[in-house]
Amino acid sequence: MSDSLIEMTNAQLHYKVGNSISAMMGLPSTVKAVDGVSLTLKRGESVGLLGESGCGKTSMGRVLVRLEQVTGGSARFDGKEIGQMKGAELQAFRSRSQMIFQNPFDAVNPRYSIRRTLEEPLSNAGIKRGEWHDRVIAALELVGLGDPEQFLERFPHQLSGGQLQRVVMARALILEPEFVVADEPVSMLDVSVRAGVLNVFRDVRDRLGLTAIYISHDLALVRYVCERTIVMYLGRIMEDGPTEDIVHAPLHPYTQALVAAVPTPHVDQSHAPLPIGAGAPDPRNPPSGCVFRDRCPLVQDRCASDIPQPRKIGTRLVACHFAGS
Amino acid sequence: MTTLLSVKDLSIAYKVGSNDVVAVSNSGFDVPKGTIVGLVGESGCGKTTMARALTRVIADNARIAGGEIAFDGQDLAALPEAKMNALRWRDISFIPQSAMNSLDPVYRVEYQIMEVLRDRGGMTRRAARARAAELFEMVGIDKGRLRDFPHQFSGGMRQRAAIALALALNPKLVVADEPVTALDVIIQRQILDQLRTLQRELGLSVIMVTHDISVVAYTCDRTVVMYAGKVVEDCDTATLLNRPLHPYTMGLKNAFPDLKSAGSGVLTPIAGSPPDLADPPDGCRFAARCPFAAELCRSTEPAPLEVEKGHIVACHRASEAAQLRLEASKPQTWEAMA
Repeated sequence: MSDSLIEMTNAQLHYKVGNSISAMMGLPSTVKAVDGVSLTLKRGESVGLLGESGCGKTSMGRVLVRLEQVTGGSARFDGKEIGQMKGAELQAFRSRSQMIFQNPFDAVNPRYSIRRTLEEPLSNAGIKRGEWHDRVIAALELVGLGDPEQFLERFPHQLSGGQLQRVVMARALILEPEFVVADEPVSMLDVSVRAGVLNVFRDVRDRLGLTAIYISHDLALVRYVCERTIVMYLGRIMEDGPTEDIVHAPLHPYTQALVAAVPTPHVDQSHAPLPIGAGAPDPRNPPSGCVFRDRCPLVQDRCASDIPQPRKIGTRLVACHFAGS
Repeated sequence: MTTLLSVKDLSIAYKVGSNDVVAVSNSGFDVPKGTIVGLVGESGCGKTTMARALTRVIADNARIAGGEIAFDGQDLAALPEAKMNALRWRDISFIPQSAMNSLDPVYRVEYQIMEVLRDRGGMTRRAARARAAELFEMVGIDKGRLRDFPHQFSGGMRQRAAIALALALNPKLVVADEPVTALDVIIQRQILDQLRTLQRELGLSVIMVTHDISVVAYTCDRTVVMYAGKVVEDCDTATLLNRPLHPYTMGLKNAFPDLKSAGSGVLTPIAGSPPDLADPPDGCRFAARCPFAAELCRSTEPAPLEVEKGHIVACHRASEAAQLRLEASKPQTWEAMA
């Protein structure tokens, strides 16, 4: 058994957009949601995918649980190409990898009781009916819903957001997956309950030895959950390394701006202007060369022609010609 | 410092079926002239209802059930609708939560700004056009984009346009309801910087409604914390964050991730959820979730008191706050409540 579970090599996910009219007008017809991403996740590793909306972080997560398939390059799970799995192998993969969605109220069927919500994956995976009850109870206990019996016959609207997000987590974990993608799982929750859900996530992951991807735009949350962080911008990886190093000494100019922009609960802040230009470019029409160059404070001529390849600086991989120099 | 707005004992009730749900109950706060005041709390705490009541734009089934809103020598709670309408945009303006939905998709942005300037400000077409360009410059959008439709703008630009609209007639007070919540961190920061700069330059008073303590820490001079329809603490932001007196404020701080802390630390949730406002408890509304609740807290509601100069808190145990803060910083204090 190799010690890496997930491997992406030059993976691409290009969406077709527009119609015949926009094509006649000469507008670009693809959005490169993921464009040439390579990474490896070791078994039991937790990685945060960090970036602004539209950077491709959710698309990448969806590829890894096969809600989308790569349009180029390769994405492998336990050595097998995810897009090529079929039959029994695919069925097994569906149990081994799971996704936790952003908005718990959208992620469950409002007409299913909590029992039925949790039994559905068991049924799909062909688990014997006799085991269902015990596994449902165990899953609810796992995510910290004490006295689980009282939840079984309730419906989603009878639960608070924090409770429902735990149910969504229980549903993802009930088949005992090895790999979980959590897509902004607490962004819809109030601050006072957010901490509880994050603690459950950390606790369960450690107890089950899960490999996890935590998708977020909030570095403070990623830091709380993941020891490694990957920063994405317009479908590409900008920086990849230990989270603490990224928080304390970001190397890529984009990461530097992101770290500077995160507000903290302290009053003594400098209010220094951010080292970054205003708007992100149109993803249909990204800049040539380095996709970050039109907002970058370090930009030089070379950035327009050469796509910076990730290079090793200390503990990190950084895709910038000039970072760290 | 003179007070621009003073809300006293305000109650707002929603009619739900045959019941009254009192979303804001006997609560008040002051806005000193030229300051930014934050209104924080979780969903359902009444912060948005409170903010909307200041402009008297509230839902059909809601009514002001008591109290007064003293603004510039008038009581807005009792003002006839025609007079209130004359104040909107000109004296008090509103930046809504989702600027995406506040601009009309079928009209050009310029038209929407000019509409306010002409109908509300009585400007001529030419003056309004010039002012629209000036406003765009103020909020950092190229005035060439005035002729665009809202869908041609990014989320951040739409939020800037909504700010421009709110500033159009030089109001005295701007009420901003979660103005940066839907935005990415970098744009969020740029919008907050812009808002602060404009506030300083124009001497505006701003009420900022948010659930995010770090947004308050970054922008607000004073902060009002609401819980279950009540103001529980009100003081200058630095003191609130460094020496909170209310256990709820202490709990909120523990639940918030902090990028500046040395390690990733431990976040501590506040167990339970807020009470049902259709049937609020007798005593302190936070008592059921409060690790420090005593007998008195469950029977008698604490009144807001100014316990230190400029620091108002509604808690029976406020005098022991120094000790409680120590206790509140330990995760096991809160875990015992779960």
